[in-house]
Amino acid sequence: MKNATPLIWRNSADRYNLLGSHCATCGTDYFPERVVCPKCRRKGKIEPKQMPPEGKIYSFTQVHAAPTGFEHETPYYIAIIELANGVKVLTQLVDSPDEKIKIGATARMCFRRVFEEGDEGIIAYGFKFKVV
Amino acid sequence: MRSVSIIGVGLTKFGEHWETSFRELIAEAAGKAIADAKVEGKDVQAIFGGCMASGRLIGQEHIGALIADQLGMTPVPSTRLEAACASGGVALRAGIMAVASGTYDVVAVGGVEKMTEVSTEEAATALGGAGDQEWELFNGATFPALYALMARRHMLEYGTTEEQLAACAVKNHANAANNEYAQFHREITVEDVMDSGYIATPLKLLDCSPLTDGAATVILCSSDKAKKFCEAPVEIISSVQASDSLALSQRSTLTAMRATQEAAKLAYAQAKITPKDVDFAEVHDCFTIAEVLAIEDLGFFPKGKGGKAAQDGETALNAKVSINTSGGLKGKGHPVGATGVAQAVEATLQLQQRAGKRQVSNAELGLTHNVGGSGATCTIHVYKRL
Ligand SMILES: [Zn+2]
Repeated sequence: MKNATPLIWRNSADRYNLLGSHCATCGTDYFPERVVCPKCRRKGKIEPKQMPPEGKIYSFTQVHAAPTGFEHETPYYIAIIELANGVKVLTQLVDSPDEKIKIGATARMCFRRVFEEGDEGIIAYGFKFKVV
Repeated sequence: MRSVSIIGVGLTKFGEHWETSFRELIAEAAGKAIADAKVEGKDVQAIFGGCMASGRLIGQEHIGALIADQLGMTPVPSTRLEAACASGGVALRAGIMAVASGTYDVVAVGGVEKMTEVSTEEAATALGGAGDQEWELFNGATFPALYALMARRHMLEYGTTEEQLAACAVKNHANAANNEYAQFHREITVEDVMDSGYIATPLKLLDCSPLTDGAATVILCSSDKAKKFCEAPVEIISSVQASDSLALSQRSTLTAMRATQEAAKLAYAQAKITPKDVDFAEVHDCFTIAEVLAIEDLGFFPKGKGGKAAQDGETALNAKVSINTSGGLKGKGHPVGATGVAQAVEATLQLQQRAGKRQVSNAELGLTHNVGGSGATCTIHVYKRL
């Protein structure tokens, strides 16, 4: 991942705090944040909303072949977490023993380093989840 | 709208072409298709080319002009279309609409990708762009990981097994062994797949389509003029496309692709057929689980029964429905931008009885299914003899 500085910077509130969106018209929550509510479109009224930090593992995989920037982490877990409000989030699962990683297990958000932009580039931080 | 037919096809060998350049691959496939169609270069009025990631993979953009230039067809309009791994399918659809609308009588549709000039990690990163760069790849989700999340869920909801997934790869390698253009000519066993090492659990190396260089071309003509050029034109009786959320996590289910289901509904209505009428289909098996989802979402088997159908041999050549006679993406190879066009080439060869040892007996109706990303774009085309 090259020149990721703007990418890392601009979504930092969302990535640090699991900040998403809520449509006041239809009541739907979204993560990541959206500009337009897909259900209401022009009639939608989007406002920022904190997502619940806990949910259940909906699906997971252990990645053995990593993309650029994640080579030193393999193997690592990727999961989709279904949050308490029904919103699904794709995330890394960390600090969780293998035997506890199951569909339906409860997982909680934690704050972690996500990747580094080479040896001298900036470090991207953001949310990951761990089984509780 | 006018009826549109394929009057010629061309393919390069799929595989690692270290000695052949991107532009040479295009010229080879297009040259073969033009010769096959018995048209002159001057008859081709427009070019549509599918290509996903040439910028990342070989540092070259502006592929439309490059194609026209290399084929000596300037100044005809030549346009590149991109929809990740469905780039070929959307290029085909653009060509069909251009002829159906009456704008042109004869157009060339190409697809190309050169994937082996970067490291495997760089290729994986480039392909990751087919998903959601900011919220999937950013968090370390590879493409195999996204399909692995679907596989895990399918296994939970329907009891699908790793052996059933493996059966898709075994069957596709067996078909590829009879395809001279395929990347692999080596038959494999379920044990080979099971022992091939995890890429993203539960998917193993031999559940994944390979990195491939290759190009494919079809020549399209309005059906009323097709027989001027070609003795056995193949009519495209439906051409549809659907979209879904870019990110996998935003979908309501991981065990079906809504874009495929919606496109299939439209395609069957447009062609006035049902899934039972389809004799053979080229489906988008970028991973074995993708073939299982496809044969369910296309209505060939009930939801949840795709894995068992594959294991029971119901998708083998001349079984209930012949799936991926070419070897599919797994056995034939998957040069991403070329795949959707290469599927149309296989459908044409089957309907023209030119598929050799992998010929489907009594092939009358064929379907091609091309998916972009983890299911965010789907194109479906249905074919019969004109
Ligand atoms: Zn709304």
